Amino acid sequence: MIGPVMVGPSSSHTAGACRIALLARHMLQSPPKRVVFDLHGSFAKTGKGHGTHLALAAGVQGMRPDDPRLPQSLELAEAAGLEIHFRNAELGDVHPNTVRITLENDEERVVTMGSSLGGGIVRIFSIDGFEVRVTGQAPTLLIKNVDTPGVIARVARVIADDEVNIAYLTCARQKRGGEAMMSIEVDRDLSQPALDYLNHLSYILWVRMLPQVAG
Amino acid sequence: MSLTLNALAELTGRASEHLLAEEVEESGLDREAVLSAMRERLAVMRESITRGLQSDAPSVAGMVGWNAKTLWDAPDPLNAPLLKRVQAYAMAVNEENARMGRIVAAPTAGSAGTVPGALIGVADHLGLEDEDLVMPLVLAAGVGKIISRTIYIAGASGGCQAEIGSSAAMAAAAVTELLGGGPEACAHAAALALQNTLGLVCDPVGGFVEVPCVMRNGFYAVHAVSAAQQALAGIRSVIPPDEVILAMASIGRLLPLELKETGEGGLADTPTGRKLAARALGEDEEADPEG
Repeated sequence: MIGPVMVGPSSSHTAGACRIALLARHMLQSPPKRVVFDLHGSFAKTGKGHGTHLALAAGVQGMRPDDPRLPQSLELAEAAGLEIHFRNAELGDVHPNTVRITLENDEERVVTMGSSLGGGIVRIFSIDGFEVRVTGQAPTLLIKNVDTPGVIARVARVIADDEVNIAYLTCARQKRGGEAMMSIEVDRDLSQPALDYLNHLSYILWVRMLPQVAG
Repeated sequence: MSLTLNALAELTGRASEHLLAEEVEESGLDREAVLSAMRERLAVMRESITRGLQSDAPSVAGMVGWNAKTLWDAPDPLNAPLLKRVQAYAMAVNEENARMGRIVAAPTAGSAGTVPGALIGVADHLGLEDEDLVMPLVLAAGVGKIISRTIYIAGASGGCQAEIGSSAAMAAAAVTELLGGGPEACAHAAALALQNTLGLVCDPVGGFVEVPCVMRNGFYAVHAVSAAQQALAGIRSVIPPDEVILAMASIGRLLPLELKETGEGGLADTPTGRKLAARALGEDEEADPEG
């Protein structure tokens, strides 16, 4: 609760917003070309005064909350050819500081929803419509897979063989036999061979290793 | 089992040692890594104080930016240098924050001035070294964590009592330890500071972290030092510290949304507040001869 070191003015509206966007950025394999931010509640009402727009734009460009370039993030995005749109939205029964981020480039598209809970603490609760729990307080492995028996056991085995400890795991599916997503908070990043192995499994569609973005 | 303020008050030795042990266990970092992170944050706090005392550049919305320097450069008719120092330091940090400068959230950015204002202000007043502040800062962080386990810190969920109240409690405990107080005094300093911020609303003009936030950090840094002074003298909170936190949480739930950081009630909803907000947000459609 002493920290983060950050660019002002608001831990929830600036640092938290930046972290949500930074986590979203890591769900793409290459830099985004187009971003839409749907701002809900207090993010919509007081976001401009808190630099929320700047912080979100900074995060999707890979900046952390203490990055001194954060106040210039919109200019930097324009210079880099990154198209950014902000809209006010009603996202339902969610925390007052919530944003939906739609990130796209030519190959990929991912929709992330996250809330900033105060003091820079964040929680991403939805990715592409799947219920997840990503806080950025530890490295997090995200896996999209075909809903078939034994996937969790297989993934857990790979993580165990890599000598990595699981702190928190969620798993949710669209429908039986459809697609499912796991969010697995771990004590450290998985090794590249372990990630490659997971990636090549036929029933695993998508693997991302999100970094720790908050202490 | 995580510590509570009541449990902390029962312990012996230095309060900060117990919270450091807990942090080491929970984070998996070693002791030296936690301390060196704290030293870094202390250095950033110092830098923001130094910059803030020298700058009179306006903030993002232009409502603040010169107040810390104004106070710091002004004569001291009260002959109360500690009072002036603590307030000016706290406001310096929050004016840096309002300019989108680099600060340390403690626990939030809007309340970032209280802890450094009180702790570094007292240390400089007494001529203490920054190294003496590292363990008190660990304690401040731990007190913030204890409070946050019961309530959400952000003004959006608990009002300003949750933000500035937490920061004042953290600062009060830290100053108490800096001046030799044990765990019981530290826990009660936190409780005394906290119970005298109960009900404080979050009503920032235009939603900007400027008015009343900057000056409020000055006031509550002094408030934290007062709480430490009372606790060091042996005064104890009649309501046990953990119950004070629960009281804050229940008040936070009772507060209407308009008074929880939406910028729709209180000071934000005054004629001048609305006018300043419209101007800052560039929505002022009416002809304004003064520009």
